[in-house]
Amino acid sequence: MKMNFRQRAPAFLQTGLFLASCFLVAGHAAAEEPNTKRAVRNYDTYCVQCHGINRNGRGINSRDMSVQPRDHGDAKGMGGIPDEEIFRVIKEGGLAVNKSVLMPAWGNVMNDEEIKELVAYLRFVCNCGLGK
Amino acid sequence: MNLHLLAALGLGLVASPVFAADGIGAGLLKSQCISCHAIAKPDNASLDRLWERKGPDLYYSGSKFNKPWLEKWLQNPASIRPAGEFYTRHVKGTDKEDAVDESTLTPHVKLSEADAEVVADALMAMVAPAGLIDKGAFKGEKVGMAMGAMFFNKLRGCAACHMAKPGMGGASGPELFTAGGRLQADYIYSYIKNPQKIDPHIWMPTLNLAEPDLQRLTGYILQLGASEGK
Repeated sequence: MKMNFRQRAPAFLQTGLFLASCFLVAGHAAAEEPNTKRAVRNYDTYCVQCHGINRNGRGINSRDMSVQPRDHGDAKGMGGIPDEEIFRVIKEGGLAVNKSVLMPAWGNVMNDEEIKELVAYLRFVCNCGLGK
Repeated sequence: MNLHLLAALGLGLVASPVFAADGIGAGLLKSQCISCHAIAKPDNASLDRLWERKGPDLYYSGSKFNKPWLEKWLQNPASIRPAGEFYTRHVKGTDKEDAVDESTLTPHVKLSEADAEVVADALMAMVAPAGLIDKGAFKGEKVGMAMGAMFFNKLRGCAACHMAKPGMGGASGPELFTAGGRLQADYIYSYIKNPQKIDPHIWMPTLNLAEPDLQRLTGYILQLGASEGK
C-alpha cells in the first residue's frame, strides 16, 4: 500500500503525541506538535527531491544518481543507524560518515533543533528504533 | 538661463524615449509579472513564503540575467526548471521514481518582441542591493571541461539536482546547460557560494565550498552555456 506521508504523517504523529501526552505533563505534546509539522515541512522542502514524496528513496532526482538515496521506509536499513549518525549525515553530509557526496550537508540550512526533529521524524517514517 | 533651458530640452529629447521605454516596461512588470514574481525585496523571508511564491524573485534581475537571453526567452519562454517552481509542489509518486505532475505546471506568459525588449530593459534596471552578489568575484579563468565535469558530477554532486546536458541529471534545480547564456558570472558564483543568502530557505544546500571550487564550478557552468545554450 502506498502511503502519502506528506498528508498523513502529521495526523499519525499528532495521534501519537496525543497518546504520549497522557503520560506526560499537560502541555508537553502541544509544545511538540509545531515541531513535528516543521519536520514534515523541512522534509518536503529539502529531502523529497532525492528521497521521494513517499520517503522511499525514489525522488525526482534519483533516476540518474550513481548512488541511490536511502529508502527511509526501510526499517531494517534505517534501524541499524544510530540517531547520532543520522543527525551527523544530515548536518555534515554523506562524506562525514563515509557515504556518498550526493547527500549534501544541510547544516547551513537547518539548525540543530530542526535536524533533531528530522531524526525523530525519520524514526517515525521507518517505524524503527535503533536495533529494532 | 538659456543654456540651462537648452540643456534641459536636449536632455529631454534624448532621454524621453528611454523614460518612455522604462515606463512601459515597468508597467508591464507590474501588470503581468508581480502575481508570480517579487520585483521588490520581500519583507517576508520565511520558508512559508518560499512555498507560496510561484516564480523566482526578480528584484535583483539586473545582476542575475544577461539581457540578450532575457529578450529572447520572454518571447519564447521554454521551461528552465524541469519540475517547475517549486519542485515539491509538482511531483507525484509512481511505481518507479517520482515524476513531474505536468498538469500542475503553468506555462510562462509569452511577450511580443516589443514588449520583451522593454521588459528586459526594466528587469536589467533592477540591480541587486549592495552585498547580495559578490561583484567581480569570478576571475574569468578557463576551466578544462573534463575537470569541470568531474567536480560537477562526482566530487561536488551538483548533477544530483541539475542537468549539465539535456535530459541527464537531476530535476529539482534549474537546467544548467543554458546557464552560461542566461546568467551573469558573478551571480552564478554568489549563488553557488551561498544560495540561502540570495534565496532564503531555498532547497539548494550551502556547501562551504573553497574558493578554487567556486571559480571552477562557475567557469564550468558558464562554458556549458557557451557550448550548448546560446
